[in-house]
Amino acid sequence: MNWIWFHKLASPPHAYGIAGRLAPWFGWPAGMLILAGLYGGLVLAPADYQQGDAFRIVYVHAPSAWLSMLVYATMAVAAAVGLVWRIKLAHAVAAAAAPIGATFTALALATGAIWGKPMWGTWWVWDARLTSELILLFLYAGVIALRASIDDRDRADRASAVLAIVGVVNLPIIHYSVYWWNTLHQPATLTKLGKPSMAGDMLWPLLAMLLGFTLYFGAVLLVRLRAEILRRERDAAWLRAELA
Amino acid sequence: MTAPTGALAAAVLAFRRDLLLAMRHWGQVAQPLVFFVMVTTLFPLALGPELGQLREIAAGTLWVAALLASLLGLELLFRTDHADGSLEQLLLSGQPLAVLALAKGLAHWTVCGLPLVLLAPLVAVSLGVPIEANGAILLSLGLGTGILSALGAIGSALTLGLRRGSLLLGLLVLPLAMPALIFGARAIDLAIHGDSACGPLLLLSAMLVLCVTLAPPAVAAALRISSE
Repeated sequence: MNWIWFHKLASPPHAYGIAGRLAPWFGWPAGMLILAGLYGGLVLAPADYQQGDAFRIVYVHAPSAWLSMLVYATMAVAAAVGLVWRIKLAHAVAAAAAPIGATFTALALATGAIWGKPMWGTWWVWDARLTSELILLFLYAGVIALRASIDDRDRADRASAVLAIVGVVNLPIIHYSVYWWNTLHQPATLTKLGKPSMAGDMLWPLLAMLLGFTLYFGAVLLVRLRAEILRRERDAAWLRAELA
Repeated sequence: MTAPTGALAAAVLAFRRDLLLAMRHWGQVAQPLVFFVMVTTLFPLALGPELGQLREIAAGTLWVAALLASLLGLELLFRTDHADGSLEQLLLSGQPLAVLALAKGLAHWTVCGLPLVLLAPLVAVSLGVPIEANGAILLSLGLGTGILSALGAIGSALTLGLRRGSLLLGLLVLPLAMPALIFGARAIDLAIHGDSACGPLLLLSAMLVLCVTLAPPAVAAALRISSE
């Protein structure tokens, strides 16, 4: 089998070009799906009989929470690829992904708190999902802080890769221990609100938002990857030729 | 030319060297312990001296104080070795680095973790904890400090030689240590209320096994990255 295309992909000039060409193919569908999902979720879908209009925040909250974990997994896989095969581009992907993931996690936390105000009467409840999102945010903060504190780029790449992999091994343990902790200390009624079975006209906007957010992540990752390549290759000859 | 040393012999040598160094600098070793006692003293001062109330928060207090104290103790793990170059000698020794890391981690636990565990029942008494809970306290913190040493070793190896490394260390290690905190504090809390602490203790043991098996390779990789 011919692997040349794969090796080409790992070279910064090719990746720079391909990322630039691919980004719109993610960005435009993402924009359309999110618009459709928002219209479907905020206008077309009926109000929930239990939660009223407050349930509508799930159309932003659930996709953010899903992406907060998907981005961490993406980052860890990219970090592992970079560490094992010493592909610098994979480290660039991991570096580009971390702040996106942290932002989605913060968004999931904020929307969770906003949803909690009408539901629970307070902005913050030590609910299992909110708490594990908070710990996830700490994990992102650790990876970003470690990368920022090391001046040597190669060392920064590989050290934060090790941390990302350690984090991804720990993530399920953290997740399940927080759930266990929560069921012990909280009355079970709160968690019952979590997973209502959804009617079709409530469900399709959510699926559209999930797909739209995922594609949006792809688009932002590609754009950030280009920026990261620019930063890393700023002295390279190909870049001077490309920009000339 | 001397015969090549086996990995086990090298590990024993590294372990003994670290213990010996710790004994020569016992003032440094005592610092996290004093810190542990001080932090637990803060809680009665902040919340009031009522023993019934202190008993309710004793499990959490002990665990949070132990967590912070062992974070402080991690300073001693690799930093001086890195500064005087003996860490490079370990890297160049040709011995499996994961085994040496495990030996150093074990020595660190013996010096920093074990005294803290032995001190904990004493502190617990001052928080109004009944004597019957001492078994659970020893087991919970014994397993827990092992987990913290293993996780902390990874963080410590990653932040080796960085400016403001100790602040960063807390940022890296504390989120990873949260499951251990949950189960460890729960075990002590159950014992204080006279229940069986078996479940959380078993889960803690499982975590310790996971940490002891998976952390040494990660520490070895991190040490290689940090000392290039």
